[in-house]
Amino acid sequence: MSESTTAPARFGASNLRYRKNRDRVVELVLLLAGLVAVFTTVAIVGVLVYESSFFFSHVSIREFLTDTVWTPLFDDAHYGILPLVSGTLTVTFVALIVAIPLGTMIAIYLSEFASHRLRETVKPILELLGAVPTVVYGYFALLMVTPILQKLIPGLPGFNMLSAGLVIGLMIIPYIASVGEDAMRAVPRYMREGSYAMGATKLQTALRVVVPGAFSGLAAAYILGISRAIGETMVVAIAAGMQPTFTFNPTEPAATITAYIVQVSLGDLPHGSIGYQSIFAAGLVLMLMTLVFNVIGFFLTRKFREAY
Amino acid sequence: MAAAAELTLAEIRKGLSWRKKLDTAFMVAGLLVLIACLGLLAALFLDLVHRGADRFGWDFLANFPSRKAERAGILSAWVGTSLIMLVTALVALPVGVAAAIYLEEYSAKNWFTNIVEINVTNLAGVPSIVYGLLALGLFVYAFGLGQSILTAGLTLALLILPIVIVATRESLRAVPKAIREAAYGLGATRWEVTKDHVLPYSTGGILTGLILGLSRAIGETAPLITIGALSFIAFLPPSPVTGEFPFLNFEWLKSEFTAMPIQMFNWVSRPDQAFQANSAAAGAILLGMTLLMNALAIWIRYRFRKKINW
Repeated sequence: MSESTTAPARFGASNLRYRKNRDRVVELVLLLAGLVAVFTTVAIVGVLVYESSFFFSHVSIREFLTDTVWTPLFDDAHYGILPLVSGTLTVTFVALIVAIPLGTMIAIYLSEFASHRLRETVKPILELLGAVPTVVYGYFALLMVTPILQKLIPGLPGFNMLSAGLVIGLMIIPYIASVGEDAMRAVPRYMREGSYAMGATKLQTALRVVVPGAFSGLAAAYILGISRAIGETMVVAIAAGMQPTFTFNPTEPAATITAYIVQVSLGDLPHGSIGYQSIFAAGLVLMLMTLVFNVIGFFLTRKFREAY
Repeated sequence: MAAAAELTLAEIRKGLSWRKKLDTAFMVAGLLVLIACLGLLAALFLDLVHRGADRFGWDFLANFPSRKAERAGILSAWVGTSLIMLVTALVALPVGVAAAIYLEEYSAKNWFTNIVEINVTNLAGVPSIVYGLLALGLFVYAFGLGQSILTAGLTLALLILPIVIVATRESLRAVPKAIREAAYGLGATRWEVTKDHVLPYSTGGILTGLILGLSRAIGETAPLITIGALSFIAFLPPSPVTGEFPFLNFEWLKSEFTAMPIQMFNWVSRPDQAFQANSAAAGAILLGMTLLMNALAIWIRYRFRKKINW
């Protein structure tokens, strides 16, 4: 009967107080873990701005934004970010030209036309493809896609933005298709049935009812794709070349912002040198570019959000 | 309806058959695009395995990198990757799960929770190389952790934190309210409800999220290059387990490192064909690791789902 004699103590007031106090401690610990996310964001912005501030005490913002030569590591140093921005935008553009139409088409096909079985087979594969290491895609771009392109386009250099952009496009197709398909599945069934009842075919329903209805979700998928293309590092570092060139011609080699950061990191730059600080300034520009597209996406999705 | 009335039956039939043809055409085109994309990717993966095929073998796994392509192996790379993943998992799991529990079970809906949530969403979209810059400025120099396995593990842990948090929240949300209320009804405190009732039911989802996060982290190259991973490491970090008391040794955390994707990157950028074969082999093994982890995640999700029936 030892159980019954200890029972009052176990459920007594002091025990309850202990358990409640323990709850408060636990809540505080959990809160701290939640704050890690906030801390990370603050730290990212803080580190980028702090290290860039040294860079901008050395280089005027005017030169940074208008000079068309980027050679921070040379004796004749120029600090114009434009060549890196042009490289980034060109690669992103090539990637999106491939990924948005094909990704959207696959999303429409899977959501509206494919059989249940095909969809359930393809969806996990699409999600699996998202986990493929990007350095593997870099290998594809440099050693498999570029040789093929060189046969089609004579005189194409071994490093070029076209190949990198095409492979990044191929890389983000599964992503856009998967997220886009989710958005289209979320359009309620009765809207499709209303359209069929009016005599529309599947394609008409898909293009005029489902796609407009899912537009905010589709736009979100595109924005995520753009963010990935802008921030993609290994494919461009391997296949697009490391030479900053102010050009929008995809058949030329050029460095992107990310490729420049990799190039500097591979070398042995002393902490606190202008080259070291320049990668933080480049990173800041990269963050701002991603931010701009995300803000555009935020307003697009809000403007076109359909409520059911 | 005047315009419609003027259409003859024949015209309507013609329009309908045209629209149906368009329908079929799109269906065929959609299927072709899908097959073309997946087929192209499959061809690239198979070609990768094929190009690396000659290099697979025990020597490749047991040798250090070398100046001679045929003697080079990935020993330091896969050991480095394993140790980094260990640190990443040990950091990301508790922090991610705790943050998710806070957001899902504890917090009230207020401006503070909103800020945390917006942060988690935004962090998922930050380019991975930016995490590398964060780690370079903060972990390597400000905290003085150096270019070590610890720095790499912490960096990748921050990188996959959003994935772990989102997956954990989803699996916590899937636990029915009734289970919590039954426990509260018996006088359990919030933490007791969470620890004894909610968490056991969501273990499957949490583990799945962690493994998916790790499968992303294992292939990350850019942040590791940024913090200064070396590509030529011909030694192993000190062993975590020792023969003497206290049997555990944490020196390995401070060791310099290389990792699988770094090794692959280093080999791919050499013009020598023999090194490119090494790169393909390393890539195929890395790809295999990623696929295995994903398969494991799917299996765990399936096992746990089978056990739960409410």
